[in-house]
Parts: sequence; C-alpha cells; structure tokens
Amino acid sequence: MTRHRPATPPPTWRRPMAGWWRRHPAHRRYMLREASALFLAAYALVLLAGLVALLRGEAAYAAWRAMLATPWSVALHALALLFVGYHALTWFQVMPKTMPPLPVAPRHITNAGLLLSALLSLALLAAVWVAGA
Amino acid sequence: MRRSHAPVFWLLFGAGGMLSALVGPVLVVITGIAVPLGLLPPDALDHAHLLALARHPLGKLALLAVVALFLFHAGHRLLHSLHDLGLHTGLGARLLFYGGATAGSLATAGVLWAIGF
Repeated sequence: MTRHRPATPPPTWRRPMAGWWRRHPAHRRYMLREASALFLAAYALVLLAGLVALLRGEAAYAAWRAMLATPWSVALHALALLFVGYHALTWFQVMPKTMPPLPVAPRHITNAGLLLSALLSLALLAAVWVAGA
Repeated sequence: MRRSHAPVFWLLFGAGGMLSALVGPVLVVITGIAVPLGLLPPDALDHAHLLALARHPLGKLALLAVVALFLFHAGHRLLHSLHDLGLHTGLGARLLFYGGATAGSLATAGVLWAIGF
C-alpha cells in the first residue's frame, strides 16, 4: 500500500473560515442576534451605575439622570432597543422549539398562545396603570 | 464522572435570556428613551420613587435579577461568539466573562445592601 502513496500529499483546498458569517443572510442575522448581548451588558452596567448614583445621594442621581438625557445616550438606547428587541423576537421564536412537551393540550406553545399572552399582559398593564392613576 | 459546570452557566444564560426577552425592551424604552425625553409623568424614575423601589425587598430582588441575569446572559453569549469569530478561547476568557458577570452581580448586591431597607 505504502509504495503508492505520493512523496508529498497533494495540497488540499481548505475553505477559509474568516468572515464566514458574512456569506449567508441567516448567518448575518445570527451574528446580529449575538451582538445584542453587547447592548444588553452595556444596559445592565448603565442600570448598575444608576444604583450606585442612587446610593451616593440626590446630586449623583441627578447627574445620572442628566447623562441619560444627553442626545448620545438617547440615540444609543434607541439602537439598544433595536438589538434587545431583536433578541426578544428570536428568543420567542426559538423557545417553543426547545421546550419539553407541555402536560396539557396542545402540548406545545403556539403563536396564537404567545400573542394572547402578550395581549393579556398589555391588558394587565393598562389595568394597573388606570388603577394607579 | 467529573461533573460539568456548564449547566450552571447555561441556566443563568437561559434565565437572563428569558428575563431580557420579557422586560428588556420595555426597560430600555422607559429608562433610556421615555423618561429622558419627558414622555412619562415627571415623577417617573425620580429619586424618591427609585429609592423606595430599591429599599423594598421585592424591589431589591427585581433589580438584582435584572442586572445579574442580564450580565450572565450577555457574558455567556459573548464568550461563545468569540468561537464564531475564530478566536479559540480557554480558561482565561471564561474567567473574564463569567468572572465579570459575577463581579457585576456582587457589586449590585452590595450596592442594594448598602442602600438599606
């Protein structure tokens, strides 16, 4: 067998992996979803900064509020909203597929069920809002 | 057989993903857009209200859950995205991302404790 083996193996073409996710729309969406974690972590740190300001007193808290009111902050939060919203959308798209079967019919989470839950949550929010006003 | 630590971080990732999917967008709208632009009543998110929330045990629990689980979710996701970008990470990266999330969570718990009841 060995005497048929070439002295040097022929060069094998390897598909380059750099930038693989740019080649397919689904992979680009996947990476966008993963990027939502950057915004989520930054937002958690903004909230933590707010709690530190709350601890340090009213002046520090007012400074945190003033920082939130800058145009840059509002613009970045608007961008963060897009990313976190996309994360939420994909999360609820994937969740029904990863869950074990429910003990009750229809055994899995349906889109109608998700929509109904969202509407009921909105109704609950409206009821609390009106009751509190 | 040696037990894996993966389920712990996966559970924190899942909990943070669920919580951020449920309340993340609306929190960003409230604290980052609506309150700064004055779209909500002027006393929303003022010092007295947030202090009352942070002093209530359930408020503390909610604030800690949001910050800590968001951090663990993001840390886990970013750590695994490094692999997708072709970066082969080891113990150092795990310590950085999970340790960072742990440090942020402990800091939040400490601040909430120091704010008092």
